Amino acid sequence: MTVKVSMTVNGKPAAAEVEERTLLVTFIRESLRLTGTHVGCDTAQCGACTIHVNGQAMKSCNMLAMQAEGKSITTIEGIAAADGTLHPMQEAFRQNHGLQCGFCTPGMVMSAIDMLNHYPDPDEATIRAELDGNLCRCTGYHNIVKSIQAAAKTMR
Amino acid sequence: MATPYIGVPVQRREDLRFLTGAGNYTDDLTLPGQTHAVFVRSPHAHARIRSVKTAAAARAPGVVGIFTGEDVAAARINGLPCGWLIHGTDGQPMKEPAHPILAQGKVRHAGDPVAVVIAESLAQARDAAERVEVDYDLLPSVVDSVEALKPGAPLVHDDVAANRCYTWAIGDKAATDAAFASAAHVTTLEFQNNRLIPNPIEPRAVNATYSRADDSYTLHVSNQNPHVERLLMCAFVLGLPEHKVRVVAPDVGGGFGSKIYLYAEDVVLTWASKKVNRPIKWTAERSESFLTDAHGRDHHTRAQLALDRDGRFLALRVDTKANMGAYLSTFASAVPTILYATLLAGQYATPHIHCEVTAVFTNTAPVDAYRGAGRPEATYVVERIVEAAAREMKIDPAALRRRNFIRSFPYQTPVALLYDTGDYEATLDRAIEMADVAGFPARRAEAARRGKLRGLGYACYIEACGIAPSSVAGSLGARAGLFEAGEVRVHPTGKVTVFTGSHAHGQGHETTFAQVVADRLGISMDDVEIVHGDTSKVLFGMGTYGSRSLAVGGTAIVKALDKVVAKGRKIAAHLLEAAESDIEFADGQFRVAGTDRSKAFAEIALTAYVPHNFPHDKLEPGLNENAFYDPSNFTFPAGTYVCEVEVDPETGIVRIERFVAVDDFGNIINPMIVEGQVHGGLVQGLGQAMNECGIYDSGSGQLTTGTFLDYCMPRADDMPSFQVDTRSTPCTHNPLGVKGCGEAGAIGSPPALMNAITDALGVADFAMPATPQRVWATLQQAQRKQAA
Repeated sequence: MTVKVSMTVNGKPAAAEVEERTLLVTFIRESLRLTGTHVGCDTAQCGACTIHVNGQAMKSCNMLAMQAEGKSITTIEGIAAADGTLHPMQEAFRQNHGLQCGFCTPGMVMSAIDMLNHYPDPDEATIRAELDGNLCRCTGYHNIVKSIQAAAKTMR
Repeated sequence: MATPYIGVPVQRREDLRFLTGAGNYTDDLTLPGQTHAVFVRSPHAHARIRSVKTAAAARAPGVVGIFTGEDVAAARINGLPCGWLIHGTDGQPMKEPAHPILAQGKVRHAGDPVAVVIAESLAQARDAAERVEVDYDLLPSVVDSVEALKPGAPLVHDDVAANRCYTWAIGDKAATDAAFASAAHVTTLEFQNNRLIPNPIEPRAVNATYSRADDSYTLHVSNQNPHVERLLMCAFVLGLPEHKVRVVAPDVGGGFGSKIYLYAEDVVLTWASKKVNRPIKWTAERSESFLTDAHGRDHHTRAQLALDRDGRFLALRVDTKANMGAYLSTFASAVPTILYATLLAGQYATPHIHCEVTAVFTNTAPVDAYRGAGRPEATYVVERIVEAAAREMKIDPAALRRRNFIRSFPYQTPVALLYDTGDYEATLDRAIEMADVAGFPARRAEAARRGKLRGLGYACYIEACGIAPSSVAGSLGARAGLFEAGEVRVHPTGKVTVFTGSHAHGQGHETTFAQVVADRLGISMDDVEIVHGDTSKVLFGMGTYGSRSLAVGGTAIVKALDKVVAKGRKIAAHLLEAAESDIEFADGQFRVAGTDRSKAFAEIALTAYVPHNFPHDKLEPGLNENAFYDPSNFTFPAGTYVCEVEVDPETGIVRIERFVAVDDFGNIINPMIVEGQVHGGLVQGLGQAMNECGIYDSGSGQLTTGTFLDYCMPRADDMPSFQVDTRSTPCTHNPLGVKGCGEAGAIGSPPALMNAITDALGVADFAMPATPQRVWATLQQAQRKQAA
């Protein structure tokens, strides 16, 4: 069975006819060809697929595309300014070597932005605790923590 | 222009694409006519296959093709090869049982692929795969290397007696035994080095396509060494001509060793892409990664250290049983031998060492190189037993290490390696200072007042990077060369494209290598592009593993740059009407020595491609050079790590209060990237010591840690921030003086943490990982023992 889904993705309307079982991440990657959102596991543990749904960080592997009907979705492709200027969180990751292979990075950045929405001035322990839903195998987290601390300063 | 780049923390040029979602990983690629593959895998650890019925699956919607082990056998496709032939102490070659790309007759571990289903969509392939009926006769299984050697253990391969792949040894046994006979003190420990599951966050992925137009194949694959992948697949498995196969490893989301190897899925898809004449994509689900990526470590070891009355090491004796899993993965046989036992001297002048290793087949996923590969296992043995000896003899652990350090170089160890340079005191001294070891007793007392147990542990590690030279590796069983290739293509405008056989999957080569090239040519980094990961572009390559890329791959580039400069000097001499010997090259200018007459690099490049005024009698036009570099020796990074922990005796929870890493990587090109490599390595090592353990159930042979819910990956709140620094003794035998930094953190950190925890608990040893449950149980046991 297929179903028509429509939503706003990175500020633009997006619609497609998909199988009902289609995950939101599959819709984003395959139907919209926005491949910056990644799939790193099958148990909603790694966080590589993290996006914003109506401004809140969500794991897009853990939602059906149908469940996002009518909602506003932001992916990693949608956070830089129209002129290409990086979002302060992207810039902070770049300045602080907060990424290596880059695969967990989109999810990390999307989670980190949401984190600062909740904790504008987080200490290290808060950042580490709030990163609970995102795995990184390369950086050892040290520079991700630094990146988020730096972004918190510029975004305040 | 003279812009120094070497030694500067230049920001990574890779980052922009990764931060904006513009990376290009294998699964991101969808080709016209794309089909999708799903593998039918054995749910059993060990079974005979009675039948595989595919008719119902073939009728399922969207199915394009189904292939089984019988089809593979009928097509006369060979098994997967092992790249390193070990000869045992009996003089016999290791046992190399067949490793079919789809199981034939028997399955030997849970996850062994039995059939592949190819369909128009991934969902259809999944649905159809459910309809493949495999009838199994279950067999008893064995998952532990010690159990597998016992008489009567189930045989993983009918033709491999006692599941023994080989028993191999290194060192002088008689001299070692004699040294033990005269020892004042002998420390004995038995270790398990826990099985690890690599888990790069990008799962393995393959997209294979066949072109009828020119009878060629293109394989996109998440892999660390595309040329080796192609060579092994073409020459050993499929019998395809190499020039008709292109392998592309685009952006790769981490490897850590697990993507070095030629895997069954890569070959199946390549072969099947011609059969169905469509591109086929397969991306591992994480559960498949757990079951089928090559795992790491899994040693049982008994070690003994003999010391004289003053604490000088007399001899080390080691016996190791290494779990190979069900089949030999690409480098599996070399890991617990050449990459392990040769490191057992550590940083110490131990005069006699003997090590015997038995490699064993079990009904588990193959075990191969994982970040550090043999060297973490060796360092764990040495640094745990040295610490234990210090405590037994009541000598300060740092002082005992210092007393036994190697102090003059080059140093020939009793286990084959020749260390070229090092300064072990320098890293130890700096680490002690940074860790404020002097203040530790006060911190321990303060913690005790709060009811907490505080401990401090050292690890002084050494590693050997950039396996070399090829001739020596060949004599030790390597079936491949271990050089690297580089090409420098200077364009007419003076811009430069560099092709390297190394591969980056997080290491930042596009930045680091460009720093080297720009510095050497005296041009802007913006004028340098680094290309890697495509056999149709790069001349050849051995890929990235063993912290070899800069030391070996970087040197190949430097050699090619030297040729470019040499030719440029000739062209400049012609243009400037000077003798070639009078031309100096510095800061991007070819200058007549002692004059202000010069030609910029870009002018020389233009002349090479617009050769109107050109020494045609002496030179060919153009400016494009390549080089192959086969190192004369390994490089030997070393360092000291100090870990301080606090244990809550009520819960067994360990907190890492401080962790200091002082490394000697030789010269450093980009300190920011090097620090990042250290951080990542440390967390992988601390993950091994505190969180991670791949566990197979001994009854069913099932992997019980097969998801991120069961296998404890280190998360941000498990780990501390780190204090890192370096001390440098440049490598003596490569022009950059570099040693390699990718694996050090994973090598030195497990013993540092376990030394700290055992210090806190006041126990000699317990098995990694130090989970709260294990720490608590160890403490209870120690208290009961004390009470008794």
